[in-house]
Amino acid sequence: MKILEVKNLKKDFESLEVIKDISFDVKEGSVVAIIGPSGSGKSTLLRCATMLETIDSGELKYLGEHAVQTIDGKAVYASPKDLKRIQSYYGLVFQNFNLFPHFSVIKNVTDALISVQKKPKDEAIEIGRRLLEKMGLEDKEDAYPFQLSGGQQQRVSIARALALNPKILFFDEPTSALDPELTGEILKVIRELAAEDMTMVIVTHEMSFARDVADRIIFMDGGVIIEEGEACDVIDNPQCERTKMFLNKFENR
Amino acid sequence: MDLSVLLSQLAEGMLISVEIFTLTLVFSLPLGLLVAFGRMSKNPIIRNITKIYISVMRGTPLMLQLMVVYFGPYYLFGWSIRGYRFLAVIIGFSINYAAYFAEIYRGGIESMEVGQYEAAKILGYSKSQTFIKIILPQVIKRILPAVTNEIITLIKDTSLAFVISVSEMFTTAQAIAAAQKTTTPFIVAGVFYYVFNYIVATTMEWVEKKVSYYR
Ligand SMILES: Nc1ncnc2c1ncn2[C@@H]1O[C@H](COP(=O)(O)OP(=O)(O)O)[C@@H](O)[C@H]1O
Ligand SMILES: [Mg+2]
Repeated sequence: MKILEVKNLKKDFESLEVIKDISFDVKEGSVVAIIGPSGSGKSTLLRCATMLETIDSGELKYLGEHAVQTIDGKAVYASPKDLKRIQSYYGLVFQNFNLFPHFSVIKNVTDALISVQKKPKDEAIEIGRRLLEKMGLEDKEDAYPFQLSGGQQQRVSIARALALNPKILFFDEPTSALDPELTGEILKVIRELAAEDMTMVIVTHEMSFARDVADRIIFMDGGVIIEEGEACDVIDNPQCERTKMFLNKFENR
Repeated sequence: MDLSVLLSQLAEGMLISVEIFTLTLVFSLPLGLLVAFGRMSKNPIIRNITKIYISVMRGTPLMLQLMVVYFGPYYLFGWSIRGYRFLAVIIGFSINYAAYFAEIYRGGIESMEVGQYEAAKILGYSKSQTFIKIILPQVIKRILPAVTNEIITLIKDTSLAFVISVSEMFTTAQAIAAAQKTTTPFIVAGVFYYVFNYIVATTMEWVEKKVSYYR
C-alpha cells in the first residue's frame, strides 16, 4: 500500500522555480532517503509534502486520499476537515528540533495527544513515558529542553512526533544541527525505527547511513529528481554524472 | 497638623490613585493585545487604522487625551454624563496604555521563531491553541521587562488625572499643602509613590522569577 503519492509537484518562490515537476511514491514500511546538494529543494519538497508550504500544481495523496489535486491548472486543497485528518497521518522532525521551550520533556511529548487527539491525560503520559524510554530519556521527563544536549533534544522531538502515531514520518536533516559526536545517537534511533518498519522519508547528508537505512534513494538537484533507485545501487553504482559528482564529494569522509 | 489626620485626609487620594492604576491595567492589558492583533492584521484597513491609533496615542500628551475623553462627548454631542469624570480617567488611561502595550505585544509576537508555529501546525494544534498554549506564554516571558517599565510609568502617570479634577493622591496633597501652608503632604505623597513603586517592582521581579524556569 502506498502511504504517500507525489505527482508532478511544482513550487515557485516568486520567480524562482524551486520544485520542478517531482513525482515519487512511498510504500508502507519503506524508507526513502533524499540526498542532493544544498539549495536543491529538498527542504521545500518536505515542506510541500507536510503542507507547511502550499504547492503551485501537482498532486499529493496520503493513504489514497487527496490532500491536493490540480484542477484546470490550479492546485486545489481538500476541505479543512479532510486536511485535519490527513495531517494526522504524518509527522515531521525538524533540523533544529523546534521543541516547545516552556514545556517539560514529558509535556512536549504528550501535550498534542491531550489537547489535539483528546486522549485522557494518564493514557498520554503512559504513551509518553514508553517513548521516552525507547529514546533512552526515561530520566529526563521533567527536564526542560534547554537543559538537554542537542542529541537529547532531537530524540525528544522524535518522541513527540511518534506519540501521535503517524503513518509516515519525515525528517529534514535531523543531524545537521548537531555536533558530529552526537549524530550517531540520532542515526541509531532512526535505524531502530526502520527495523520496526516505520515508514520514513529522510533528507540527509549522511551517505553511508542513507545506504544502510533506506530502501530507496532519491538524488535531487535543481528542483528535479536526477536519479532514483535501490539504495545501494544509487550510492555504490550511480548511473548519472551529476550523482557521481555529488557522491564523490563525500568519498573521503 | 497631626500626621495621622493628614494621612486620613490623603487616604482617599491614595485609594483613587490605586484604583486608576488597577483599573487601567485590567482594561489596557487585554485591549493592548487586541490592538496588537489589529496592527498585525492582514486586512490593510484594520492595520492602518490601528497604526494611526497607536501613533496618535503615543504622539500626543496623555494629559491632552484625558481632556479630550472628558470634554469630548459634551463638545461633540452636547452630552453631559453624570459621574463621568472618573470613568473618563479610566477610559483615557486605558486607551493610551493599550497603545503602548500593543507595541510591546507586537514586538514579542514578531520575535517568535516561525519554527514554533510550524511545529504546532504539524502536531495538529489549531490556530487558537497554538497562540494560547505555545506562543503567548513565551511572548509574556519575553515582554515582561518592557511591561514592567510601562507599569512603573503608569504609577507616576496616575497623578495626571488632576487635569480633569479627579482628586487622586497628588492633587489631594497639593490642596492640603496649600491650605495648611506646609510641605509635609508632598513628603507623604513622595513616600506613597515610592512605596507603591517598590511593591509593584518587587511583584514584577517575583513574576519574572516565576517564568525563568526555562530559556
Ligand atoms: N521561503 C522561501 N522564499 C524564497 N526562496 C526560498 C524559500 N525557501 C527556500 N527558498 C529557495 O529555494 C531553494 C531551495 O531551498 P531548500 O528547499 O531549502 O533547499 P535544500 O533543503 O535542498 O538545501 C533555494 O534556492 C532557496 O533559497
Ligand atoms: Mg534543507
